[in-house]
Amino acid sequence: MTDAPYGFDTLQIHAGARPDPATGARQTPIYQTTAYVFRDADHAAALFNLQEVGYIYSRLTNPTIAVLQERVATLEGGVGAVACSSGHAAQIMALFPLMRPGDNVIVSTRLYGGSITQFSHTIERFGWSAKFVDFDDLDAIAEAGDENTKAVFCESISNPGGYLTDIPAVAAVADKLGVPLIVDNTLATPYLCQPISQGATLVVHSTTKYLTGNGTVMGGVVVDSGNFDWSASDKFPSLSQPEPAYHGMTFHETFGALAFTFHGIAIGLRDLGMTLNPQAAHYTLMGIETLSLRMERHVENALKVATWLENDPRVDFVTYAGLPSSPYRDRAKKLYPKGAGALFTFAVKGGYAACVKLVDNVEIFSHVANLGDTRSLIIHAASTTHRQLTTEQQEAAGASANVVRLSIGTETADDLIRDLDQALAIAVK
Amino acid sequence: MTDYTDKFLRELLSTTKTIAMVGVSLNEMRPSYFVARYLNLKGFKVVPINPGQAGKTLFGQMIYPSLAEIPEDVGPIDMVDIFRRSEHVGPIVDDAIAALSTRGLRTIWMQIGVINEDAEAVAKAAGLNVIMNRCPKIEHQRLFGELRKAGFNTGVISSKL
Repeated sequence: MTDAPYGFDTLQIHAGARPDPATGARQTPIYQTTAYVFRDADHAAALFNLQEVGYIYSRLTNPTIAVLQERVATLEGGVGAVACSSGHAAQIMALFPLMRPGDNVIVSTRLYGGSITQFSHTIERFGWSAKFVDFDDLDAIAEAGDENTKAVFCESISNPGGYLTDIPAVAAVADKLGVPLIVDNTLATPYLCQPISQGATLVVHSTTKYLTGNGTVMGGVVVDSGNFDWSASDKFPSLSQPEPAYHGMTFHETFGALAFTFHGIAIGLRDLGMTLNPQAAHYTLMGIETLSLRMERHVENALKVATWLENDPRVDFVTYAGLPSSPYRDRAKKLYPKGAGALFTFAVKGGYAACVKLVDNVEIFSHVANLGDTRSLIIHAASTTHRQLTTEQQEAAGASANVVRLSIGTETADDLIRDLDQALAIAVK
Repeated sequence: MTDYTDKFLRELLSTTKTIAMVGVSLNEMRPSYFVARYLNLKGFKVVPINPGQAGKTLFGQMIYPSLAEIPEDVGPIDMVDIFRRSEHVGPIVDDAIAALSTRGLRTIWMQIGVINEDAEAVAKAAGLNVIMNRCPKIEHQRLFGELRKAGFNTGVISSKL
């Protein structure tokens, strides 16, 4: 679409932003308003009919949030994006136009624990269901599909770490099934991975994590590639058939490649109301301005810390996919060349008891349930982020009871190593 | 999907003044109505062509049954925008060339989902710009600011007021 593509560093600052026309303000203003004045009655009617694009009510659109949406859509190489209140919300927003009662989604076993819970239990309340499959087994993904399958879902770099999805291979399977591939790209960010360029249809993020980067605000976003033909089959009537809530207008026919994003605003946000607030969007925009610089440091530190841990006799194993010892080393080189993220687990000799002692004795690492912060974070996943899972689910996800999860921040790497060293000395006697 | 550069589209849309829309609907919820309304609002003169609705008006312009029947006093016609199915495009392009070559026609534009490579070749041979499978409303919204408001990737990077 663009004539000469701009570099990532330029886009992370400029995409979506313009100087404010009313004042010349250079930085994106925070438009703290719920409603907007219409030019006249005809303008108001046209906005409500989706004949004109503009601002009616901040549940649907807001100028600050529009900048964030365009910024993330551009960085991911999509045509549009819809922001929402959290990563969990983004997952529901991504599925909502695709699923009806009785439909199912094929889902990777290697996901953040909260996502596993959402797909195992929560979506069943809508009459949807999920089939969990090992995404290293492409045949199993294909076999799991039936006439009610409407999507395939995975994480690019998976939580709690150590696993990288082969997105092109999975996308090919989804393509054969005639359904979109949805990739949660939270742990990678578009700096380390661009799922759309590897065949994904939709990308979701918890903007709470690396995109914002400093542990201040929650948020989510769904990006559409614009590449999926929603009318090629009768699987997606919300997009390919007349919509009663808009006098019989058909989203795909009217908006073409922009249909999914328009639906996300006009139906998703409008009717579910999981809206991001503009203050939060502003924090996230400020964080994204330095995304590439931060991710480079995160990855550099993660490799240093993971390497040190792997060579330490008090450690059983380290799962970081950026290590030469990782079974996913080739996949990392080929599909994630800028790095395998900064989240991984390691097993402490002495099992669960030693894990607890370690977590209780670090000084610089913060014991929190979060990831993707400039501060390094530590948590025992099995008893927290992946707690609601069965033992089998935990093992499949890489969050068994004997491992500790680290989210490596941007501090001085040697300080992080010394902190782990002194805590290990207490934990493993 | 063929790539048309932003520079090309921006120039084309800036220098186009009058658009004959073939297959426009009077039904407010149809895509062609959306497009006619938007283009009219943005200052284009939209000349609706629809044999079934001839004689009525849309946004203040008389609807004509065919391109050949657009009266001289409507003025030059820069673009023909086609809202018909791909298989109907051939004769429309032939009509456009026959009736409007001497009236300033420079561009044939086919809407989303409308692709006819034979007609494209004919139009190009006649010296016309051809755009297929795109919507002038969406392209104009993207390049001239409106799509920014809903978080679409406009591809526009600018620090100008």
